[in-house]
Amino acid sequence: MSQPHRLAEGGRIDRKRPLTFTFNGRVYPAFRGDTLASGLLANGVHLVARSLKYHRPRGIVGAGVEESNALVQVGEGARSLPNLVATQVELYDGLSARSVNVFPSVGFDLRAVNGWFARLMPPGFYYKTFMWPAGSWRQYEHQIRKAAGFGVVPTGADPDDYDHMNVHCDVLVAGAGPAGLAAALEAGRTGARVILMDERTEPGGALLAGSGRIEGLPAGRWVNRMVEELASLPEVQVLARTTVAGYYEHNFLLALERRTDHLAPGSDPGPRQRLWRIRAKQVVLATGAIERPLVFCNNDRPGVMLASGVSEYIHRYAVLPGSRAVVFTNNDSAYQTAFDLLDAGAQVEAIVDSRPAGQRSAEARERGLQVMNRHAVVDVRGAKRIRGVRLMALSADGGSVSGKGRLACDLLAVSGGWSPTVQLHAQSGARPAYDARKVCFVPGPSVQAERSAGACRGSFDLQACLTEGFRAGAAAAHATGHGDGGLSRPIPSVEGREGDPIQPLWIVPAGKPVSRVPKQFVDPLMDVSAADILTAVREGYDSIEYVKRYTNLGMGPDQGRLGNVNGIAILADQHGTDPGSIGTTTFRPMYTPVTFAALSGGEQKELFDPVRKTAIHEWHVEQGALFENVGQWKRAWYFPWPGESLDEAVDRECLAVRRSVGVLDASTLGKIDIQGPDANVFLNRVYTNPFMKVPIGRCRYGLMLDENGMLMDDGVTARLGEDHYLMHTTTGGAAHVMSWLELWLQTEWPELKLYMTSVTDHWATVSLCGPNSRRVLRKLCSDVDLSRESFPFMAVREGAVAGVPARIFRISFTGELTYEVNVNANFGRHVWEAVFDAGEEYGITPFGTEAMHVLRAEKGYVIVGQDTDGSVTPVDLGMERMLGRKKDFLGKRSLFRSYLVRKDRKQFVGLLTEDPKEVLPEGGQIVDDPSAPLPRPMLGHVTSSYYSAALERSIALGLVKGGHGRTGETVHIQNFDGRTIAARIADPVFYDPKGERQNV
Amino acid sequence: MLLIECPWCGPRDESEFAYSGEAHIVRPLTPEELTDEEWADYLFCRRNTRGDHLEQWCHASGCRRYFNVQRDTVTYRIKSVYKPGEPPPGDRP
Repeated sequence: MSQPHRLAEGGRIDRKRPLTFTFNGRVYPAFRGDTLASGLLANGVHLVARSLKYHRPRGIVGAGVEESNALVQVGEGARSLPNLVATQVELYDGLSARSVNVFPSVGFDLRAVNGWFARLMPPGFYYKTFMWPAGSWRQYEHQIRKAAGFGVVPTGADPDDYDHMNVHCDVLVAGAGPAGLAAALEAGRTGARVILMDERTEPGGALLAGSGRIEGLPAGRWVNRMVEELASLPEVQVLARTTVAGYYEHNFLLALERRTDHLAPGSDPGPRQRLWRIRAKQVVLATGAIERPLVFCNNDRPGVMLASGVSEYIHRYAVLPGSRAVVFTNNDSAYQTAFDLLDAGAQVEAIVDSRPAGQRSAEARERGLQVMNRHAVVDVRGAKRIRGVRLMALSADGGSVSGKGRLACDLLAVSGGWSPTVQLHAQSGARPAYDARKVCFVPGPSVQAERSAGACRGSFDLQACLTEGFRAGAAAAHATGHGDGGLSRPIPSVEGREGDPIQPLWIVPAGKPVSRVPKQFVDPLMDVSAADILTAVREGYDSIEYVKRYTNLGMGPDQGRLGNVNGIAILADQHGTDPGSIGTTTFRPMYTPVTFAALSGGEQKELFDPVRKTAIHEWHVEQGALFENVGQWKRAWYFPWPGESLDEAVDRECLAVRRSVGVLDASTLGKIDIQGPDANVFLNRVYTNPFMKVPIGRCRYGLMLDENGMLMDDGVTARLGEDHYLMHTTTGGAAHVMSWLELWLQTEWPELKLYMTSVTDHWATVSLCGPNSRRVLRKLCSDVDLSRESFPFMAVREGAVAGVPARIFRISFTGELTYEVNVNANFGRHVWEAVFDAGEEYGITPFGTEAMHVLRAEKGYVIVGQDTDGSVTPVDLGMERMLGRKKDFLGKRSLFRSYLVRKDRKQFVGLLTEDPKEVLPEGGQIVDDPSAPLPRPMLGHVTSSYYSAALERSIALGLVKGGHGRTGETVHIQNFDGRTIAARIADPVFYDPKGERQNV
Repeated sequence: MLLIECPWCGPRDESEFAYSGEAHIVRPLTPEELTDEEWADYLFCRRNTRGDHLEQWCHASGCRRYFNVQRDTVTYRIKSVYKPGEPPPGDRP
């Protein structure tokens, strides 16, 4: 198979490894070492994309990260990646890619009709046009979104692995062009720990794309020598295909390594991409520069390329992107491209230079090239591929044109100067400054430990890049305590030539007002033209940040890499000022897109969040329990019999507890062991109720408030010894309560003598509930007198249960006679099973959290976080009796604030529906008058609602304005199906209001 | 991501720490004697400092101890760390 535009020799491709790839359904030949872009150009394919808004045909513009037209979707199915840049996609045999945003195909795009109406689509077009009728935007938006946008999301879950690497280093060097190589080498020679990262396939940067010589060696050979020496330094790490994408506080940086994207899917067992999280003592930015396009009519046509890109295709990939070329420039660098084209056998029709004759043009003329000084390309001919250019003579100030001329060509190489890649510098918090002599933004003063070297500092000639690189490396290493800051050896010399300065040329005049000529694209990726920016200015958007958002300048996936500086300069011209006064837009991470998969790394699926299981968990699984998540815990929800529904199972479990005995795995309750002579003082301050004189062996229920007076947690605390307490917290609140207590102890009351230890996981808790629980426990425990007299309600005893040392708490969340047996978690399952064996004769029944919720609701017990939401006080809950009068406690003062003593606050009540079968919706809004006009005054909402098998009717709890004074009144609850349900306000304790059942 | 020097454990990534608000907020000793306004001032009113801010952090995924940090809210530079009970650096406004 032929590659008609492949040069016979040269390039860094591997001609011994031919391959084929598919683009838009067609198969093409190429070589290992090619990118998708170079492979397409070798086959003469320029038309690769359609533009975002007008669907104009678009070609490949550059050869590296600056490419902003050739967005492609690579791969198929779940592994597919959208919006990759063809110049950065390395080819492997069998790679498949396609254009994005085309309908039906890139060659024939129906939506190109948008281009015919382009004049009618100014910036803000969608918003201005689709405002009417009011409220219809959503329907319009759906169609607009379909027509716009880029690639498509993968069709399935990503099958590949991604991981993170955390590293520390002395010196991080971003970019391995001449300056970066020099910096890494010089820093590495001092013994400093150095990491050198570069986004390309191999180190070398622009040196691999040109024809220069260093120390008499071809640049490529010199690069090899540098890389060899770097490899010999044990503390130096060099990573290719790795983009430093984010620069954050305290010299923390993120880099994305594309480990296997250049290989056929599945051919490498390791992670596909790796996110490097780097903490660097010093950073050297050697990120190079990006060539700017020139802004003239139809400058987006396929065949118009950046001059540097053309040179790179010739040198790096041995691809000649065109056979008849015109070069259009306002600076010296594109002359080399003309020479490269000539040397590669292309016909160079002319070099069109906006400047008067100078040293470079004389040199070109000596080589027989036609140079047209003080001329400009004002327009191109051809749509899907250029056929020629229109030329005009340019005035000395570049402001007007005259005359006319034409040249035929199939390639137009343009250079509008260079923009240093200052993105990382700006992300570090620094502000780039405008350099009027170099006509570009350069790094400003550093605010973090970073320095720039080479082209990213505006130093575009090779000698300066090397000099700055070596010096930056030495200085950075010295700052970390390595070396003396001086150079280890002389800086290599490069043949240099004096040149002529660049001439700013932001819009190429076309002899008519900008608004009357064909589109002059500033940001081709977002279809933003010079006329759009002028429109924005005319409509009053004067700041670059506004212009950006109004026109979409720089809003695309390339974040304005290619077009922003031109846009800033055009805006500056409109204001009669310089680009420095306009400033840049804010540069935010990431420099180039980073996949979400790489950001999440291994922290996904089962590793996303820890799962906590109790020691008895496997038993629940074996019994067919269903689980619910409570914080990180898996808790048994209910234990259905075969064929049983949730409601049937819960009714059965509840009745077992009320009538005989049920068992709950309560191991997840938070447990904090508190020891020390001041433990009681501490507890007395953090709980609302008195804790100074809890007798040893007794338990006390406590309420914990935040300083705002709102209920934060509740639980039972037992006094186990003279200076020894065990605090129970809610399952979900345990970690927060621990932090809260530590905060007060460490920062406010450090004089209190006590220690706190979280012991939640140390204990398994088997909670036996129901009238037969004493009979069951008596079979397993002989050394504790379980009688009511010696072991009353709210007491704790220690003894042996099923042969295992245990703490037994007589506390209850169900209102029944209850023994909570705590044993070392390792014995949890043993004791649990022993309890079941012992309880068999009583029909002992395991119950889950759902039944527990019903049982406690029958008793009107609050669940913090379900019946409360951080805005509920103990007074609202009707628990004034829990508030210590003679002491201060956290949150107490807040309870007396004017808003909290109002009588019309939402208060905790019971709700009983008129129809006992009707279960109220949890979260349902409560109103007085269901026929009142909307918006209807809302009194509160239902917080808990169940069917109670024991009461043979539905019950609910809720918060109602002034509810404590409204017992017996009827309110109405909005149901999800639109009905309203009438309910009577009642006392929240529905079952055994005197509490006799737990106190037997 | 900040690099924070725990006074007990040394420099660690921010992800190991929990922010805990402004430092040196002292709980009034006799809350019941305060007006609603005075109590609200303790509860809610915090400095909104541009520049040096004294704040509490907890080494939550480490030694679990609270300590104080002097941090510039503009540059995020951490100028000093010190233990609870130690006097804040320099003159407080």
